[in-house]
Amino acid sequence: MPQLTTTRTLPWYAIPWAVDGWDKLKRFPVIALAILLFLVVVPAIFAPWVAPHEPFQGNLSSRLTPPVWQAGGTMEHILGTDKLGRDMLSRIIYGARISLAVSLIAIFVGGIIGTALGLISGYFGGMTDAVIMRLVDISLALPTILLALVLVAAVGPSFGTVVTVLVVLLWARYARLVRGETLAIKELDFIARARVAGASATRIMFKYILPNVVNSLIVLATLQVGYVILFESSLSFLGAGLPRAQPAWGVMVSDGRELIVTAWWVSMFPGLAIMLTVLSLNLLGDWLRDHLDPKLRNL
Amino acid sequence: MQRFIAIRAFQSLLAILVMSMIVFGLARVSGNPLDVMLPIEAEKADYERLEKYWGLDRPVHEQYFIFLAKALQGDFGESLKYQGQSAMGMVAERLPATLELAAVALFISAILALPIGVLAAVGKGSRWDTAAKIVALMGQSLPNFWLGIVLMWIFAVWLDWLPASGRGGVKHLILPAITIGWFQVAAIMRLVRSSMLEVLDSEFVKLARVKGIPEWKVVWKHCLRNAGIAPLTFFAIIAGSLVTGAVVTETVFTWPGVGLLVVDAVRSRDFQVVQAVVILFAGVFILCNLLVDILYAYLDPRIRYQ
Repeated sequence: MPQLTTTRTLPWYAIPWAVDGWDKLKRFPVIALAILLFLVVVPAIFAPWVAPHEPFQGNLSSRLTPPVWQAGGTMEHILGTDKLGRDMLSRIIYGARISLAVSLIAIFVGGIIGTALGLISGYFGGMTDAVIMRLVDISLALPTILLALVLVAAVGPSFGTVVTVLVVLLWARYARLVRGETLAIKELDFIARARVAGASATRIMFKYILPNVVNSLIVLATLQVGYVILFESSLSFLGAGLPRAQPAWGVMVSDGRELIVTAWWVSMFPGLAIMLTVLSLNLLGDWLRDHLDPKLRNL
Repeated sequence: MQRFIAIRAFQSLLAILVMSMIVFGLARVSGNPLDVMLPIEAEKADYERLEKYWGLDRPVHEQYFIFLAKALQGDFGESLKYQGQSAMGMVAERLPATLELAAVALFISAILALPIGVLAAVGKGSRWDTAAKIVALMGQSLPNFWLGIVLMWIFAVWLDWLPASGRGGVKHLILPAITIGWFQVAAIMRLVRSSMLEVLDSEFVKLARVKGIPEWKVVWKHCLRNAGIAPLTFFAIIAGSLVTGAVVTETVFTWPGVGLLVVDAVRSRDFQVVQAVVILFAGVFILCNLLVDILYAYLDPRIRYQ
């Protein structure tokens, strides 16, 4: 009997990514953007309306409920509950909010400080430039996780601590980038004309140089959000980031660690959330970089 | 070249000093540093003893110099949690464990990343390339503490092939080494691949092929030597991520190294130990950066004139 159908067997390494899908995923960042928006940003912003339950209050009678597809799971708690009976899905949604808030604030503040110092350093040159660049070098040489640990040992874990450490970590890269671009731009004709027309240094820096630097800033910022989320969740996991009461993803993974044998979902889902978010952000950042400014390949 | 080394060495010294000032300052940032350094149950006698030891009745800059002098001798006071043990002594005790882990992770990442990176560059679009891209992207996106937990769950809980924690023989090393190593593998692989791609296009490669040198020799002998500069100098960043990775991985797998020590110390507010670890690691880290910068300048003379 001749074979009427052929079954195509895939080799062992052809997990769904390895076949066409991977390249397509990279070529259509819209998919990555969609994942990002629908899974992370939208729920994060509309958390109180999207989340099915309260993230802080647990119902002890339903503690450690497995996710809905396992025996004992209910539709009430689709992703299960943790050891205090708090709904996992809601906590993950609120956790998205916290992660995004921390990252965006840290990048924003770090970015502003870095950009300002970069502009000043690049435009004025000379001693100012030398001093600021030395600061940048020193700042990039500091081991950040240790810095965070010391800060927490002294002051205690809090939102402010994490943001401070992140800002110290981030500003230097912006400064360096902006300084490099400023050095290139300030030789151009329109700057000379502005100077002849009597524009003040501040005006030149912020009205003429800055808009030309914004492209690279956006790429850098996007590439950094993923890294910042990873760093913040590592700190929270160690107990040196956000306080344990907060539904931060790192804290949740840490909470679930002892329960890994009996209640795997308490650790798995927050970790998965982190991974997917950072993955989408990296894909998005890579695509942005390739399209906006390929020179930044080495970031 | 000398001038370059001198400048970089001076910068490194500054960096270490800044780090020591930060550590020194943080203890005093929340009021009386003794409140940070002593647990709540400490008695008045302890307070007075530490006060005299650190010279807290003297002006701040004198305190800093006392701190610095003691630090240079390796004296960071006594651990508060384990009464009577010197802080630096505890660090020295745990150091071999961390070094073991770091060395294995680095070794694995070198032997894995280098060949795969080269193969990915040579066979652009082939399955090596795809595999490399996946590993690289995962390495960048996976939180390493989660990776550790997932590995532990799969291999130690489900399959029961490997032990879940503690230090022992080779079996205990595998999971923690993979956890730390994944990011290094991803980073090195990416770098090897991109520098190989650049080098493979150059003129001397075409000449070598025209001369009739077998392809494998062209790739592995001639190209790799030139492409190897960038990954080698990436080592500074690797050192940094090893430190971060070690702290987190040791926590996940309860590996008795310096990383676990510092996390415990932070949790129990044992500030003396935290100080000791941070300054030690910072020193090593900054030293690594310095060495790599010098190496880079040696290999690529253009850098020296910046």
